[in-house]
Amino acid sequence: MQHKVIDTKDVVIRFAGDSGDGMQLTGSLFANTSAIAGNDLSTFPDYPAEIRAPHGTVSGVSGFQVHIGSTKVNTPGDYCDLLVAMNPAALEANAKWCKPTAMILIDTDSFTDELIKKAGFKTNNVFLELGVEDRIIIPSPITTLTKESLKGCGMDQKSILKCKNMFTLGMACFIYSRPLEYVNSYIEGKFAKKHPEMVGPNEKVLKDGYNYAANIQLIPNTYMVKPAKSLEPGLYRNITGNQAIAWGLLAASEKSGLPLFCGSYPITPATAILEELAIYKSLGCKTLQAEDEIAGICTAIGASFAGNLAVTTTSGPGFSLKSEALGLAVMTELPLVVVDVQRAGPSTGIPTKTEQTDLLQALYGRNGECPIPVIAAHSPANCFNAAFNAAKIALEHMTPVILLSEGFLGNGSEPWRIPTMADYPEIKPPFARGVLKEGERFHPFKRDPETMVPQWAIPGQKGFEHRVGGLEKNHEGVLSSDPANHQTMVNERAAKVARIADFIPELKVDGPDSGKLLVVGWGGTYGHIKSAVDEEREEGKNVSFAHFDYINPLPKNTKDVFSKFEKILVCELNSGQFCAYLRDCLPDFKYDKCNKVQGQPFLVKELVEAINKEI
Amino acid sequence: MATLTFKDFKSDQEVRWCPGCGDHAVLAALQRALPKVSQALGYEKERYVVVSGIGCSSRLPYYMDTYGFHSIHGRATAVSTGIKVANPWLTVWQACGDGDALAIGGNHFVHAIRRNIDINIILFNNRIYGLTKGQYSPTSKFGAITKTSPYGTVEHPFDPGSLVLGAKGTFFARSLDVDLKLNEEIMTAAALHDGCSVMEMLTNCVIFNDGAHKEIADPAVRPDRTVVLRQGERMIFGKNNDKGLVFEDNRIKAVTIGENGYKEEDILIHDAHANNLGLQMALADMKGPDLPVALGVIRDVKDITYDDGVRDQVKDVMRKSKIHCVDDLLRSGSTWEIK
Repeated sequence: MQHKVIDTKDVVIRFAGDSGDGMQLTGSLFANTSAIAGNDLSTFPDYPAEIRAPHGTVSGVSGFQVHIGSTKVNTPGDYCDLLVAMNPAALEANAKWCKPTAMILIDTDSFTDELIKKAGFKTNNVFLELGVEDRIIIPSPITTLTKESLKGCGMDQKSILKCKNMFTLGMACFIYSRPLEYVNSYIEGKFAKKHPEMVGPNEKVLKDGYNYAANIQLIPNTYMVKPAKSLEPGLYRNITGNQAIAWGLLAASEKSGLPLFCGSYPITPATAILEELAIYKSLGCKTLQAEDEIAGICTAIGASFAGNLAVTTTSGPGFSLKSEALGLAVMTELPLVVVDVQRAGPSTGIPTKTEQTDLLQALYGRNGECPIPVIAAHSPANCFNAAFNAAKIALEHMTPVILLSEGFLGNGSEPWRIPTMADYPEIKPPFARGVLKEGERFHPFKRDPETMVPQWAIPGQKGFEHRVGGLEKNHEGVLSSDPANHQTMVNERAAKVARIADFIPELKVDGPDSGKLLVVGWGGTYGHIKSAVDEEREEGKNVSFAHFDYINPLPKNTKDVFSKFEKILVCELNSGQFCAYLRDCLPDFKYDKCNKVQGQPFLVKELVEAINKEI
Repeated sequence: MATLTFKDFKSDQEVRWCPGCGDHAVLAALQRALPKVSQALGYEKERYVVVSGIGCSSRLPYYMDTYGFHSIHGRATAVSTGIKVANPWLTVWQACGDGDALAIGGNHFVHAIRRNIDINIILFNNRIYGLTKGQYSPTSKFGAITKTSPYGTVEHPFDPGSLVLGAKGTFFARSLDVDLKLNEEIMTAAALHDGCSVMEMLTNCVIFNDGAHKEIADPAVRPDRTVVLRQGERMIFGKNNDKGLVFEDNRIKAVTIGENGYKEEDILIHDAHANNLGLQMALADMKGPDLPVALGVIRDVKDITYDDGVRDQVKDVMRKSKIHCVDDLLRSGSTWEIK
């Protein structure tokens, strides 16, 4: 059969299998292959908390969705064009994400009576039961074919079975006209040194999968997604949000000339930042895997006092544990970046799923009057700039800064045009300089009258000996429980944070700067809201979009922007936390809400519906 | 380099501990010890950082004219750790109480010891919560009657010595608050020790636990109920210097020289530098009525320190890596060009 190659603007592929089936790797290899082919893309790993959840169960299904396009890709896509289901449970959990025109590729060898039952099906006609019997089903005996492909290669049975994902990837590469070079080079890079005997078999099974897909009569068409013209020329790489945060912090360390110190405790989904920083000791970075979350932040505060760019990284539960120490950082007025990669809560919640539910905790979750700047990253690649800016603000304004990321951003990836560090600004902390006169003391809380920022004297600096701590002090750094002094210091600490508004970019409006409806978002919902608003505008609707990267303080023009719209719709992955904050900061406006708290990103479709209700 | 004196370490802040509090004496010993340490090691004053947690003793940094950090309850050890790792050139002293180090901050305390981070921890042990006005602490004796244990505690206390040595601490010393000379000696030894040094200071709380250590601290009984261990010296004690410690039947015994055939040469010689955790643990564990409480430097052994390890690894990787700046990093690994 002659396959017809159809040019298409974009496709969404969802790989799903048991958590040990290697679907995350398969998905990211497919994504990287597409990136190198010049596509824009967005990925969404969706996996369970268990490392190897019970075999064949729905709770153990691990998924990886990738959206590739020849135009700008803002999201990993709502629904998929191809679902790869390695077993009945994977089909059960993911069939609902199939477009009406989708193809479903299954490994028929795993659709045994036992596994079908284990996945909760009542009958053996699984497609009918799920209501997807009209999709294009590509039943393939992947396990058998993988065994056949690797017969006599010298690998044991267990290792052979692990190659099923490579066979599947080969098939997907055929369907979407992807070359195999990138995957082959990955295989060589991974195995050439330690297990050279694995290179040949892995490449063979990949090729066999590709050829098998080319030979069977079940695939009606193949597709081609041309390189994205929307991507600016330049050198690119794929980057996840967690990696981008680590690198953004390293960039801030370089631009400030201060060594980076990261005190952290492993926690999903933030751990990869600590892991990433642990690699780059060559850039002078010290990582301390602390005994707990509290030690993570407290060692960072100590390192900050000692003159490092100090960071602690965590997720919701760990963020809660750091609250008291955050207050200490506010009181001692030391620079510190606290990264919270938010996950579904409360408590342990759903650790591997995404949410935006820590915002109010970031803004208010401390004892006393305890203002802290809050910044949010809006895409995996944007995490680099967000981390850089968080560190810049912390160091130049002598304050802890909370950087909010999300599991969706941390694990998700996208192509990133590699910047040049020469294009980034220097970071200039307000170091205490000069020599003090005989008998003169350094006053740790004397402020710059314009920015309200105190100076930073680092231990080791002769003559600047002083004490900081959690107790209230006066400008000289002497303990004080004087009522008027406390009021002054409370006001000054608040003013210091508020005046950061003079140093951050203004809020931009995507679309007309006045009109019927302004859709408002913050953080990782950027791509979905942008897609929804673009869709609406293509249909001629009067909708604009403003996305907040800076939450505390708000951009100075926020009120001006809001005042030009009849309605404001605040969309976020919580029950309305940013909306509540806006109502408090800018009470003159009426806000409508669009919320979702399911541990999943918005669907563009859901946002379009919410917008349609408004106009 | 100007010679530093006691006065150089005294801040202009009024000391606000209760009159008669044991903390005064410990502060004085520290202010006397640091000039000697500075002399011996060539340290300038700006190199010292004094850290504390929360509690009466944690006010100590305000009274020292050095860089100081009065942190939050229990977390002094974590703050100290961060300071030392960030800049191993600094010399870090830490003041914390029995509640601060062993209750709320127990985790950080044992992990600093496990990592052997080069900080000097003065553990003020008065067996009571003083600043909150008299609740029992993790070192209060079983049955202690306090505000939160009006019928007596029903929990066993921690013995800081066993805890430190159990975590394979490299330095442990114990002393009484009032023994200025011994405290100076211990603090100097701690400063010279490269690694985590824990100095347990048995302090008195005149208000909420007066006589906290009176069974050994009273001048009348102290010579018979304590033994001061000194490197290379025999473990001899007693009002008449006629008692000593021997190791027999798998345990330490107190004997009288000249009785039952015991001669001076039978008495154990103290070796804090030997990696003999068993004997040092037994010495640290000694208590009455049969045995004297050991004071002085009980253990002082060399081992790799965490802060040196971190620093050396950074240097080593810097030398070997091909990535020397962020531009290198951004262009490392898999990249592609779009024209």
